Amino acid sequence: MTFPEHLKYTKDHEWIRIDGGIGVIGITDYAQGELGDVVFVELPAVGKKVEFGQSFGTVEAVKAVSDLYSPVTGEVTDINKEIQDSPELVNKEPYERGWMIKVKLANAGEVKNLLDVEAYKKLIAK
Amino acid sequence: MKRTPFFSIHQNLGAKIVPFGGYEMPVQYAGIMEEHKSVRNNVGVFDVSHMGEFFAKGPNALSFLQKITVNDVSKLVPGKAQYSAMCYENGGIVDDLLIYMLAEHSYMIVVNAANIDKDWEWMKSHCPSDVGFENKSDVTALLAIQGPKSLNTMQKLTKADLSSIQYYNFVQSTLAGVDMIISRTGYTGELGFEIYFDVMHGEKIWTAIFDAGKEFNIAPIGLGARDTLRLEMGYCLYGNDIDQTTHPLEAGLGWITKLNKGDFIGKPVLEKAKAEGLKRKLVGMMLSDKAVPRHGYQIVVNGAHGGTITSGTFSPSLEKGIAMGYVNSTHSEVGSKLQVDVRGKLLDAAVVPLPFLKKN
Repeated sequence: MTFPEHLKYTKDHEWIRIDGGIGVIGITDYAQGELGDVVFVELPAVGKKVEFGQSFGTVEAVKAVSDLYSPVTGEVTDINKEIQDSPELVNKEPYERGWMIKVKLANAGEVKNLLDVEAYKKLIAK
Repeated sequence: MKRTPFFSIHQNLGAKIVPFGGYEMPVQYAGIMEEHKSVRNNVGVFDVSHMGEFFAKGPNALSFLQKITVNDVSKLVPGKAQYSAMCYENGGIVDDLLIYMLAEHSYMIVVNAANIDKDWEWMKSHCPSDVGFENKSDVTALLAIQGPKSLNTMQKLTKADLSSIQYYNFVQSTLAGVDMIISRTGYTGELGFEIYFDVMHGEKIWTAIFDAGKEFNIAPIGLGARDTLRLEMGYCLYGNDIDQTTHPLEAGLGWITKLNKGDFIGKPVLEKAKAEGLKRKLVGMMLSDKAVPRHGYQIVVNGAHGGTITSGTFSPSLEKGIAMGYVNSTHSEVGSKLQVDVRGKLLDAAVVPLPFLKKN
């Protein structure tokens, strides 16, 4: 399992990469491994508001289903259409082509609530 | 928690291990989708040693089994196996099982892992004292080798002519130097075999089969893909689709329930249910939207509660959400429109014929 150092993580196993006020969000390598083969990802429409800690979609794997929780508050500016046709990208490239949504941050300060890579690794080691 | 003789092999293969029926079992190795396709396209091997094996012997073994199971055991001859079920007096299902006729007055009964103790107690309480009844579950290894390349794989290892064994028939022969029962049965809908042998030969047999199947890309298959494979065929799983609250007729198991064979436990209730007409039936459903129906989701008929999904999954072969569940007989016809409550959303579904996957 890999956990890139430049990302922030949630205790619900999402990651976020922040770049110029926009956060790119996906699920971690650990999360995709626990879920198994992803078959559908349900994402919000562009323009929709998402809230810190609230569900913004679902991931359906063959054996399990899981809610997706937003690491930040803001407005959805883009969704990954590629994973609608190729959901296996969430398993194969969770941090790259398997990303899920982009959010324009409403409150940049929220990011302080998130876990850094060391804290996240500790969480999943439990 | 018990372990099968293949436990360390599963660990070395990197399997994800889960508790199932009192055993630590592999749920997946490479992933459910890949394993599912290995079985549909090539050949896969399942460790199903957690299943229970009982042996009944003696001149009264036949009448014992006739009384306790719903299918007609008198139709068996040595070398033939039969799918059957046991019922309580009220018609509820104790377990579904296989009966193998090994020789005159000699039978093997194969039951679900989670039900071994319950079935043993139930059968024992109805077993005449002159029938030798033995539980060899802990010393019997069981592997299922399934898929279009299973015959080519297995034939390399035995002199027995496996191509001549018809579906639900078996031979007692030697494979890779080990005495075993080689049965043309399975839970996948594919060409395949199930082999029963002494646990002491576990590793030897596993290795021989994987060496023989290497050229066909043989793969180990976990319980996850076992479930998606059986569900595509509409096969019942005890604990999900059938249990003590369901009877064989409403579960679509009328074809194994021989009401004309003489007395058996549960028969009066089943006869009455049949005469009155079935109130509900187990049906197959397919969702029109992209979604995965799962065990426990509510079925909605005309805006009201219409039943519960007993088994549901994403079908890797059909790439659609498929499910089984009990609905009122008035809505059980193929084509009937239903809805499934998928996490708060009502999605359209229709009753479809079983099996979901049509094989040639």
